[in-house]
Amino acid sequence: MPVSFTLNGKPTSLDVDPEMPLLWALRENTGLTGTKFGCGAGLCGACTVHVDGEPTRACITPVGTIDGQQVTTIEGVDGPAAAAVRTAWRQLDVVQCGYCQSGQIMAATALLRQVPRPDDAGIDAAMSGNICRCATYVRIRAAIHRAARILEG
Amino acid sequence: MDGSREIPPTPTRRAFLQSSAAGFAGLVLGFTWTGKGRLGVNAAQAAADGRFAPNAFVRIAGDNTVTVVIKHLEMGQGIDTGLATILAEELDADWAQIRSETAPADAAVYNNLNWGPVQGTGGSSSIANSYPQLRQAGAAARALLVSAAAETWGVEPATITVKQGVIAHAASGRSARFGELAAKAATLPIPAELPLKEPRSFTLIGTRLPRLDSAAKTDGTARFALDIMPPGTLVALIRRPDRFHATLKSVEAGAARAIAGVVDVVTVPAGVAVLAKGFWAAKQGRDALAVEWDEAAAEKRGSAELLTAYQALAATPGLPARREGDVAAALAGAAKRITASYQFPYLAHAPMEPLNCVVVLTPDGCDIWAGDQFQTMDQANAAATAGLKPEQVRIHTVYAGGSFGRRANAASDYIVEAVSIAKAVGANGTPIKLIWTREDDIKGGRYRPMYYHTLEGGLDGDGNPVAWRHRIIGQSIIAGTPFAKGFIKEGIDHTSVEGAANLPYAIPNLAVELHTTEVGVPVLWWRSVGGTHNAYATEAFLDELGEAGGQDPLALRRRLLAGHSRHQGVLDLAAAKSDWGSALSAGRGRGIAVHEDFHTFVAQVAEVTVAPSGKVRVDRIVCAVDCGRAINPDVIKAQIEGGIGYGLAALLYGRVTLAEGRVEQSNFHDYQVLRIDEMPKIEVHIVPSDAAPTGVGELGVPALGPAVANAVYAASGKRIRVLPFEETGNA
Repeated sequence: MPVSFTLNGKPTSLDVDPEMPLLWALRENTGLTGTKFGCGAGLCGACTVHVDGEPTRACITPVGTIDGQQVTTIEGVDGPAAAAVRTAWRQLDVVQCGYCQSGQIMAATALLRQVPRPDDAGIDAAMSGNICRCATYVRIRAAIHRAARILEG
Repeated sequence: MDGSREIPPTPTRRAFLQSSAAGFAGLVLGFTWTGKGRLGVNAAQAAADGRFAPNAFVRIAGDNTVTVVIKHLEMGQGIDTGLATILAEELDADWAQIRSETAPADAAVYNNLNWGPVQGTGGSSSIANSYPQLRQAGAAARALLVSAAAETWGVEPATITVKQGVIAHAASGRSARFGELAAKAATLPIPAELPLKEPRSFTLIGTRLPRLDSAAKTDGTARFALDIMPPGTLVALIRRPDRFHATLKSVEAGAARAIAGVVDVVTVPAGVAVLAKGFWAAKQGRDALAVEWDEAAAEKRGSAELLTAYQALAATPGLPARREGDVAAALAGAAKRITASYQFPYLAHAPMEPLNCVVVLTPDGCDIWAGDQFQTMDQANAAATAGLKPEQVRIHTVYAGGSFGRRANAASDYIVEAVSIAKAVGANGTPIKLIWTREDDIKGGRYRPMYYHTLEGGLDGDGNPVAWRHRIIGQSIIAGTPFAKGFIKEGIDHTSVEGAANLPYAIPNLAVELHTTEVGVPVLWWRSVGGTHNAYATEAFLDELGEAGGQDPLALRRRLLAGHSRHQGVLDLAAAKSDWGSALSAGRGRGIAVHEDFHTFVAQVAEVTVAPSGKVRVDRIVCAVDCGRAINPDVIKAQIEGGIGYGLAALLYGRVTLAEGRVEQSNFHDYQVLRIDEMPKIEVHIVPSDAAPTGVGELGVPALGPAVANAVYAASGKRIRVLPFEETGNA
């Protein structure tokens, strides 16, 4: 029984083991490789996608559970918050190795959609599930503040 | 298996093939500046398709793009941007026209000039070794473009200027962009003399330039090895023994083979590999294996037993790494003596992208896609495993999702594993993608070694240090590798004692001794190598010694560093920017440390708050860095920020422990790393310098630990001598 959901705005149907984590279904069955594997246990946030707008750990989400839902990945995330986050990330050159940054951007975009002007504590709370081993955290904080200002116009 | 040998071109592979078509072999020869005869051949080849490739490091296309070929691995340190900056500076290119492309594995052309005929990235050497080379490469391309303009316009080359990608002749009002002259330039000989710019006229070096990789790393298009998936790829996971050096006794694979998607199960030297049509099936298959191991040769000691053995060794003299004066007599005659011991655990590198690579092996060639840090070594090891010649192994280097040293190892562990699997299934051209899980990574060894240090110091009646004895106990990273001959002298592994044997302080009686231990736990360099433990032991102990002598930590360091102007320069800058000596509220403290490695000098001042519970919070780090001429100041700052965060993770939480030889940690819940809520405020100040540029990738790490430890003492009166802080309830 295929799993049907909306992926980056397009109807998608996958005939895979419903227990397969969404992460691997995205990467290996749809070819969207921007979502990364970091821990496989929901501990690092590298696999963060949006499911019905909520930041979700794709590595521990069985693909069968997202039937009928809206899935957005780094390749498809758009709108004012996502654009502001990307702009700020580039202006401040946040990235180093870049491997965790899809997840960071997905988490930051979700944060700004809910809290347009987060303070440092709010950023820490929303982003502490996303590990960056390059420790780009100083710039992630700064970039979220900058994205908030961009959104204010 | 479809046995397909036709892999659809990934960007990396396509780039490689294009480069080959342009005649890389000829260009290799062409990189001799005065070799005009050879250059003629190159030029003809390059001109045939309208592109201009005067040497192996730069290519200019008719569309005006300048592609800089990057010989080092981009693993986050910003080296694509850094190397391109150097070349673009001498070329007088506009930054917007610069692209980067990863070099193929070819040690004859793309070797690390600090390492001899070896291609690889490490030791914070990329900028340092490439600076003269890429300046020349850029200047050569510029000279040819100028020659082409001069011939085309019938004017003297000396009357032509180049600025921001525009070649101009002021008197005639003519101008052209690089692309317009590329085809013509490709037909001309490189002038024998290639004058380089005066640094005062640099327009790119020393400025803030946007990173070349920011766009691709913020929209999901950046390609890591994990993203390389040619059609027909089989994902492989390996079950490895849970004790190091155990070997396979037997395997029952029936249940694994029965899982949908599992294609094969093969035994390889590393263990038992399950091959499947995707990760999920391979993982389930691996979980279903029933394996028995022969543990006769396995390491069965635990961390506590190792520590006891190390402590016993610390009571006896080790091999001398440095000896000055008469330490025994000076200690015996000292007005005051203090001793302290420091413990450092094994550390995993835990890069965000777990080890992985893709291998396509046939009887007459091997293609490898990897975030490859050590191409020449990996070519040799892959070739030996496959039964090929090194030149039959083509490595396609892609972005690495971090490394911190892990991807460069003399055994090429993950590469060899993948090649051995490809061989075991018949070298039939099936793409094999080996993936390590995070558990494989944390449990898989090649750690920063566990170390135990004892220090003993003596002060004269005025509180001045007069004796220093330092014993270091731990495994050698280099022993048993091809580098032993170069790095181990008279029993001393340089990497075990770096940062200790070269202690810069003027202490008249000084001995540094080493006990190298034999333990069956694989070890490896880890961001800043010897500095990870030696900086902590020496800089924390110097504070203890200073305190015993009633000396201010900064004043003592300055005095003992007389004549070491670059050490003093970073100390003074960090002290000034941090308001060293100003008052802090109760429960807060400030500490300082200085360290030199890879010819770069760093001082850090840490400000911490210690809660009544003992929990340490690092509030602020002020860092001064002297790395010679700063190529990309913003990238330098980013590297120092990141190094501080990486070092702080290890300081607070980093620990791999063994129980009866088995690693006790497995993933980020029990091998904790730093998260954003514990990242301090960081200020990085770069010392202006005209000295040759040196590296910074590893230099954020060493001074961080002792600066924080010294700050904790200032705040709370507690000396922390066992890492990580979590061990003593201080994290």
